[in-house]
Amino acid sequence: MSTAVEVTLMVNGERVSAAVEPRKTLVDFLREDLALTGSHVGCEHGVCGACTVRLDGAIVRGCLTLAVQCDGAVVETIEGVSDSGEIADLQQAFERRNALQCGYCTPGMLLTAAELLKSGEVPSREAIRAYLSGNYCRCTGYHAIVDAVEAVARARAGQVGVGEAQ
Amino acid sequence: MNITEDVPPALTALDRPNSYIGRSVPRPNLARLTQGRGQFVSDVVLPRMAHVAFVRSPHAHARIKAIRTEAAKNAPGIVAVVTGRELAEIITPWVGVLTHLKGIKSAPQYPLAVERACWQGEAVCAVVARTRALAEDAAELVEVDYEELPAVTDPETALDPGTPVIHPELGDNLTFERKLDVGEVDKAFAEADAVVETTFRFGRHTGVCLEPRAIVADWNPGEQRLTVYQATQAPHMMQNLFAKHLSLAEHQVRVVTKDVGGSFGIKVHTYADEMATVALSKLLRRPIKFVADRLESFVTDIHARDHRVHAKIAVKGDGTITAFAIDDLTGIGPYSVYPRTSGIEANQVVNLVGAPYACPNYRAQARVVFQNKNVMCQYRAVGHPIAVAVTEALVELAAAKIGMDPLEIRRRNLIPDDAYPATSAAGLKFELLSHHASLAHLDAMMDYSGLRAEQKRLRERGIYRGIGFASFVEVTNPSAAFYGVGGAKISSQDGATLRLDAQGAVICHTGVTEQGQGTEAVMAQVVATAVGVPIERVKVVTGDTDNTPYGGGTWASRAAGIGGEAAWQAGKALRANILAVAGSILQAAPKALDIRNGVVVDADSGRERIGLDEVARIAYFRPDTLPPGFQAELMATRHYVPRTWPFAFTNGIQASYVEVDPETGFVKLLRHWCVEDCGTVINPQLVDEQVRGGIVQGLGGALFEHCVYDSRGQLLNGNMADYLVPMAAEMPDIEVAHVVSPTADSELGAKGAGEAGTAGAPGAVINAVNDALRPLGATPITETPITPECVLRALGKV
Repeated sequence: MSTAVEVTLMVNGERVSAAVEPRKTLVDFLREDLALTGSHVGCEHGVCGACTVRLDGAIVRGCLTLAVQCDGAVVETIEGVSDSGEIADLQQAFERRNALQCGYCTPGMLLTAAELLKSGEVPSREAIRAYLSGNYCRCTGYHAIVDAVEAVARARAGQVGVGEAQ
Repeated sequence: MNITEDVPPALTALDRPNSYIGRSVPRPNLARLTQGRGQFVSDVVLPRMAHVAFVRSPHAHARIKAIRTEAAKNAPGIVAVVTGRELAEIITPWVGVLTHLKGIKSAPQYPLAVERACWQGEAVCAVVARTRALAEDAAELVEVDYEELPAVTDPETALDPGTPVIHPELGDNLTFERKLDVGEVDKAFAEADAVVETTFRFGRHTGVCLEPRAIVADWNPGEQRLTVYQATQAPHMMQNLFAKHLSLAEHQVRVVTKDVGGSFGIKVHTYADEMATVALSKLLRRPIKFVADRLESFVTDIHARDHRVHAKIAVKGDGTITAFAIDDLTGIGPYSVYPRTSGIEANQVVNLVGAPYACPNYRAQARVVFQNKNVMCQYRAVGHPIAVAVTEALVELAAAKIGMDPLEIRRRNLIPDDAYPATSAAGLKFELLSHHASLAHLDAMMDYSGLRAEQKRLRERGIYRGIGFASFVEVTNPSAAFYGVGGAKISSQDGATLRLDAQGAVICHTGVTEQGQGTEAVMAQVVATAVGVPIERVKVVTGDTDNTPYGGGTWASRAAGIGGEAAWQAGKALRANILAVAGSILQAAPKALDIRNGVVVDADSGRERIGLDEVARIAYFRPDTLPPGFQAELMATRHYVPRTWPFAFTNGIQASYVEVDPETGFVKLLRHWCVEDCGTVINPQLVDEQVRGGIVQGLGGALFEHCVYDSRGQLLNGNMADYLVPMAAEMPDIEVAHVVSPTADSELGAKGAGEAGTAGAPGAVINAVNDALRPLGATPITETPITPECVLRALGKV
């Protein structure tokens, strides 16, 4: 353990200043210091993707990023993108297609899917599976998640898929 | 392919005008999870809460000579350092046996090892500090002197006279043994036209729930009460166990279960470190939190499978299967897990081998032996994947030997759909199954003949694809026959309490729990239908022993079938009670009224008479206007347990389509299909997703997942980088369809569906891989996981 370091960063649009231990991961900082418990801890070694958050606009593993690395950075979590409405269509698609069961992987899965869909193109199912391949889901078997992401991609591109017109 | 249709089908089932049964309504509780607003135990923070980290044995078997804690006790932020001997004064040990598993034996297990550590990862000392990080820092300062003892790590030699006995007081390393000999097995083999005999090996694997096990125990000495926030499948079972081993009355213990980040049978057992956590809370008189990290999850979450099965099948030239025989050997941990025991999986293997087939001759032996490895117990589809893979691989190997199509041999042997009720050779009593209808549906759904033609075309181009099937029988809706008769205080009955609130909404308290299967949606659908209200007007409460009816929780595919029927009966009772009030308000006979869409109507004409909000207003706030002597009862409770059939057996069939690269040994999953029969389908979307998730868990075991131990009992790959789980890129699209054979045991007619996917997937994949490799003259593969090395070995390339 060593001396805490002062950091200042933007988290979900709010300026946060805190003294953090150098060893503290970003996801522990978000969960323990800021009580943003929507980002989850699954493996703490960068495999499962449950801790996925956005750092300066790109998704990162919250368990492989140290909080002290985020001084001056912009961090967005599931709470932030939910409140802003940015991924509302994706969230609704997940709910409508039951693309989550226990919901523990879902915040990370949504942030990863949101990044994939940013280009506005409609990816193939294989491309969706490949992009999500760093996010582990034990419950769904992935099929419904791929359905939901595909449906949103099509809807955003103006293509209405089966079951979307209702 | 097309996106799965999610338009609700036309109203069906159970004859209510506004029925939600059979409709894919979305789960009411999802938005909080998609917004990161769930409440998992790992999120729980309480005043004065401290965190525990455990010092765990690095040895598979070792005597604990001394534990030096002084340095740890002086570490920053430390609250307490507690050894096994100290904790044993707070909490009593347990023994994982059940009386109906005749002869099963185990040794007393303590929350922290006292004299010996019996597996790598067993907790030997607890370190409690202000934060988990500080607790881990201090844990590194605890010095334990171990004397390493010989480790028992090979089930094949566990019973040899020269092998050390892990618990000398038990006499040997045999936990449990079962033998069965039905019909004329020797005669059948002697008279067979073809016999296939082989040995199957199923690798140990584990659940890898994304949220590791988590518990916050809060002993309040002022109230003399223990509140436990626990990610568990069975809150009332845990209430009983915490009370029993802390010498409390059950009413002094409250178990609260909110969101659970995956369970699959992992979170339905007694874990030593969780028992230690509740004992520490009692000892230290403050809330204690334990969340397993991933590395300790791998060495403490129950493992499963790890079976070696010698097996053979006898067939006649016309494809008639005349006998099955198996010898199953499974190596568990050093203790039988409490309270469900580690004998159930082998018992299920004996029960389920050959179960789909009308074959009267069956011999089985199963032996369960202790090992110095992590404990093994019931994980999703207990025993099914092994029994199904053994049976179905034998059937397809026999079909190949006599030159018969794999679907044709099944058509000739599956129990006919009109032969029910039927009893299997192992004695399982089947109320109504639909193997042939399921097979026919699968045949058409996957375009079997088209796929065979494609397979043939591609083989000519050097592309090796295979098609494999697995028929299966699934155990669901268990009655007291599963655990209760063996002496475990695990409820097989379940209850539901419904209350009409003051605005005419319905609050449902249920004893079953939610871990993502959609329990809350299913209960809401059943209640909305039975009472007659819009589903948005139903609020479901689960997971709190202070506030829900006594029940078993959610495991063995019982929530919809048992909890759902209790809710259905409670809904009918509340409707009758509401109509009694409405009748007295309207001066009408209750029988002439009904409730539809939240409004009391004339049953005949459908004419609206009075809203439920108005009924509730009058009953709660103006009862003075009701006739003298009339008392409104706007709360109703009903319970249910299956009584006619000890289990609601279900059935189905899966197919796997794979491509195998003979150069690298890689198996690519191309497509997967499943037709299953869970009786009344309450919510088709939720059933499909249960089946899909289950299939992928089965595919994981078939191709990737393996807890690899060395001969000293060290787990070599206990992390998510080395232990492979199925990820999106490797998994295929999965088509699911249903045949519906309701159980007559309940009005709802629902059976379970949670095991089906995991039960059948490994068998289907083994068969598909062997089908792909057959033209290359490969030795049939009879082990899982089917790694590239395993494929290359089958091809004689390594």
